[in-house]
Amino acid sequence: MQSQRDYVLRTVEERGIRFVQLWFTDVLGTSKAFNITPAELEDALDDGMTFDGSAIDGFSRVQEADVLARPDPKTFQVLPWHARDETVAAVYCDIFNLDGTPFEGCPRHALRRTLERARDAGYTFFIAPEVEFFYLADGDPSARPRPLDAGSYFDLSVDDRSSEVRRRTVLRLEEMGIPVEHAQHEDAPSQHEIDLRYTDALTMADTVMTVRLVVKETARHEGLYATFMPKPIAGVQGSGMHTHLSLWHGERNAFSDPSDAYGLSDVAKRFIAGLLHHAREITAVTNQWVNSYKRLVSGYEAPVHIGWARNNRSALVRVPVVKQARAESTRVEYRAPDSACNPYLAFAVVLAAGLQGVEQGYELPPEADANLFDLSERELRTRGIRPLPGSLKEAVDEMAESKLLTDTLGEHVFEWFIRNKRAEWRDYSVAVTQFELDRYLPSL
Amino acid sequence: MEPLVCFPDPVLPVVGTALRQCGLGFRAASSPEAASSLEMTSTKDGWAGAVVSAADDLSRAIAFCRHLRRREDPVSPLLLVIAEDQLRELQLRDDLFDDFCVLPSRPAEIAARLEHLMWRSGRNAAPHVIEHGPLVLNLETYQAAVAGRVLDLTYMEYELLRFLAAHPGKVFTRETLLSRVWGYEYYGGARTVDVHVRRLRAKLGEEHAHLIETVRSVGYRFGQPAWSPGPEPSP
Repeated sequence: MQSQRDYVLRTVEERGIRFVQLWFTDVLGTSKAFNITPAELEDALDDGMTFDGSAIDGFSRVQEADVLARPDPKTFQVLPWHARDETVAAVYCDIFNLDGTPFEGCPRHALRRTLERARDAGYTFFIAPEVEFFYLADGDPSARPRPLDAGSYFDLSVDDRSSEVRRRTVLRLEEMGIPVEHAQHEDAPSQHEIDLRYTDALTMADTVMTVRLVVKETARHEGLYATFMPKPIAGVQGSGMHTHLSLWHGERNAFSDPSDAYGLSDVAKRFIAGLLHHAREITAVTNQWVNSYKRLVSGYEAPVHIGWARNNRSALVRVPVVKQARAESTRVEYRAPDSACNPYLAFAVVLAAGLQGVEQGYELPPEADANLFDLSERELRTRGIRPLPGSLKEAVDEMAESKLLTDTLGEHVFEWFIRNKRAEWRDYSVAVTQFELDRYLPSL
Repeated sequence: MEPLVCFPDPVLPVVGTALRQCGLGFRAASSPEAASSLEMTSTKDGWAGAVVSAADDLSRAIAFCRHLRRREDPVSPLLLVIAEDQLRELQLRDDLFDDFCVLPSRPAEIAARLEHLMWRSGRNAAPHVIEHGPLVLNLETYQAAVAGRVLDLTYMEYELLRFLAAHPGKVFTRETLLSRVWGYEYYGGARTVDVHVRRLRAKLGEEHAHLIETVRSVGYRFGQPAWSPGPEPSP
């Protein structure tokens, strides 16, 4: 620990860093930061920095508003986008109570607790998300969303401004040591996707926060606006965050069993069963906004029904077919989350659901071979296929009954989250939307 | 690195054990003359230090120390190993040694003292700079550069690169790297090594990414044996 601390302090000194940004995340997954000087950094590393948490979503408590941000020196990095004369570095923080106990509202702690559970069961958890987002032509988000281009999936357009911005973003990420597996134009106009190379889940949650920041920052620099809003434009695909998951036993992929017809081990099957069984409970966390449910509708390649399949993109859980020689890349893809979730909490609940299946030995239902979008309500019912929640309200009601979620998130986050989301639904319910005005005002 | 000189020959077993524990090379001599001729044959820049045991023959040991210290470039650091009843003999001889150890001592204590002495005298076993082709690691400032370009590394990336660069040409399994470099509880497991290697290669840049080689179904190697200055011979 001492050498990590020295590493940070020496680097700050050697590189002439003037400010260090302490980064952390609120319960809804919004990046928060405050700047400190190198002189304050030593104290921050030793004792943490005290700040008033009451202004931050999910950090408010009745008795004691002050909390401690303690930098995790392993995450210290010099940021590549500042001019040489004002080099800035950033470090992710864990939040503690003043008495040194982990603060209940800190999403990093919630994920870490779940990872410890996996580790106690002998597993390490790897995760690789595909982050989708839109570039909008106006730097001002209060303007009506206007796409930048009319391109679509895998389009090769020579003179495409948004592809250029995306390319610059990927280079910047690579510079920060964040390996990008693919980056491509997605289905919808101006929609792009960055697929990240797998890491452990805590590192990945930090990375997703960094990626969102770099995407937005690079776009802003070009006078554009990048958004992770799940469904910014009606009538085209929304932005998801399909997430590839695998459990490992040391150097061995615990999901792989080449002798199985699907190439899946019992652990993998139970894990998938866990995801399916608890899907309705975890959706409020993986899809946390009113707008998230405008994405989870039929017709736009987003999952709507709870089922699994190998090559069926309408399924909630997809098992990508891997070549025999690449058995170690066996994984399952959970397709519900959107890129506006809190990655710490989303990864925690997804892992908790899967682990529950592994530990309790859940049985995997049969593969959904037909396209789920094509089945009638009755056919779905006979096959025992349930839908995902259709609205934030339904999702939150489902979550409120879930012991798995109380245990995974902890009382503090669990209760705050439900309260906050019920309030959001209330605000939405009383709003008169553009849809209603367009539809009713002329005729009623 | 240069060896240390030890008195007498053969060296006290506990001292020999301690030196081996620290990974320090040494030669034993029973007289100043023997030490001088050994220094000519087995060092380039002179002794890196000395361990003198006075337990058997105090006056010859003191004479040996004097020989090492009263010359144009005095040998330093010098650790004196003595018996308890010889403690008073240290008085007014402070210039003859840098630290001392009282017998009976355990090898671990002698080793710890030696390590600390070597560190303090700036001639410690590990070099301050590791250079390998275009890569330079400054171990004192924790900075790394490739072809003159400073690398922005996280702590674990730096530690992994340092470990690999300190053992060029050697192949390590993921498990070995995890236990030697991470060494503490980590959520990642062995695959974490792959993730960090990937990040390091990205930061090294395409041109230098090959510095870290993947050795199929084994693990990783820093630098190729063919041009590595390490112990492996060229094919």
